[in-house]
Amino acid sequence: MDGFAHQIIAGIATGGIYASVALALVMIYQATHHVNFAQGEMATLSTFIAWSMVEAGFPYWIAFAATVMLSFLIGVLVERLLMRPVQNAPVLTHVGVFIGLLLIVGNMTGWIFGYTTKVYPSPFTSSGPLMGGLISAHELGSTAVTLVVLTLVFLFFRYTSLGLAMRAAAYNPRSARLVGIRVGWMLALGWGLAAAIGAVAGMMVAPVVFLDPSMMTGILLYAFAGALIGGIDNPLGAVIGGFAVGVLENLAGAYVVGTELKLTVALAIIIGVLVVRPSGLLGRVVTSRV
Amino acid sequence: MLLEVKGMQAGYGQTHVLHGLDFIVEQGGVTALLGANGAGKTTTLRAICGMVKTEGDVTFLGERITGRATEDIARRGLAHVPDGRGTFMELSVEENFRLGAYVRRDGEVRADFERMFEWFPRLKQRWRQQAGTLSGGEQQMLAIARALLLRPKLLLLDEPSFGLAPLIVQEIFGIMRRIREESGVGILLVEQNANLALELADRAYLLETGRIVVSGPAAEIREDEAIRRSYLGY
Repeated sequence: MDGFAHQIIAGIATGGIYASVALALVMIYQATHHVNFAQGEMATLSTFIAWSMVEAGFPYWIAFAATVMLSFLIGVLVERLLMRPVQNAPVLTHVGVFIGLLLIVGNMTGWIFGYTTKVYPSPFTSSGPLMGGLISAHELGSTAVTLVVLTLVFLFFRYTSLGLAMRAAAYNPRSARLVGIRVGWMLALGWGLAAAIGAVAGMMVAPVVFLDPSMMTGILLYAFAGALIGGIDNPLGAVIGGFAVGVLENLAGAYVVGTELKLTVALAIIIGVLVVRPSGLLGRVVTSRV
Repeated sequence: MLLEVKGMQAGYGQTHVLHGLDFIVEQGGVTALLGANGAGKTTTLRAICGMVKTEGDVTFLGERITGRATEDIARRGLAHVPDGRGTFMELSVEENFRLGAYVRRDGEVRADFERMFEWFPRLKQRWRQQAGTLSGGEQQMLAIARALLLRPKLLLLDEPSFGLAPLIVQEIFGIMRRIREESGVGILLVEQNANLALELADRAYLLETGRIVVSGPAAEIREDEAIRRSYLGY
């Protein structure tokens, strides 16, 4: 029984990571209607930046904060320099840019930091077992960080006027321009925010999976499955979906398919959702009268 | 003079829709832009706001705005209720209100909300409701309120009567009469329902296949049987 409870709790901890990345995917999707395949690679690059700062002797949380800000800037720059010129181009152009970005960022990370696996520190340590050994200090800490990030993002979009403007620009860019919103900058801010959220996810997962240039590849797949479960255009659904995938993946890995086939679970979920219910289990249904 | 348009040409891709329009909109009061389907009424409004590729001179409050970004034109005090109303369907009435006043930094936004409730009491009852679930008439009211919350000098209205029951249209035009008396905003009104528009307007232009063919005081055009028969069809 303890084993089962532990699997669930560990699933929630990794689910938080998937939830964050899923949220980042959904944010870009809402604005551009495409999935940013490079989201994971950008998060890995961010984590390497944090790693080199920690290696250089900066305190953990200073490196954390600096990385989040730097990742935000990188996200904004990617939108301004790469996405902006192709904003009216056909779908395949966007997919091409996303794949190019994935390859360039991924390989650049390996080229700069090397392909050897690195240990990334966790800021959360404890002297004894927590909750009777059910949960590790890092699982508890990273889940807390994830929840704080998700709450902040939710409050930002729900209650600030900038958050409202970003939602308006994503839903209806034409009308947003008519009320004076600078839609181009809202999209860039969205990219920045997505990159920053991805960076936090990368730094939280790195102590568990260890740091190497392909660290996020599998995670992106799980996150995508989570986003699809929740409905690719529903931020809250994506978060819930991310947690659900984390728990499912862990239980399946422990009791059903074994750890080697865990990734298959994500693929099965992706295909299953797309076949059975393409709008996702929590997909947004816009009611509208004319 | 609020808006001066000289030699305005616009179109979509290779297709030209407007072939050199000249017209003005005076401060305050209502100017109507009439014409049949496909005459270029909607394109004229889009061209003024920089939503389509435009040539010629559009001067708003003494400043040339041709070729500027739509959001910059809006920030100068030009609000537009486009065809299809431009409502944020996924968001609540409250959020649509907040977006209408998004660029304003003065402290009177709250007071203007109250003013909108006076003109459109129905919107107050729908405050937390998703805009997409409002009735057609309420959506049109929300669109006008959203545009007025920018505190514009000039309001462009694209067929406020479109798709609405006659009684609702009467209600909306009644409210527009009040807005015109009480707010001092200049209105450029595009309508297919010429009779209705000419009752409200001070001045009118008649558009036919991208050219202005008649212009003058609304009252005169309304009385002119020849114009009515050949262009307005009633």
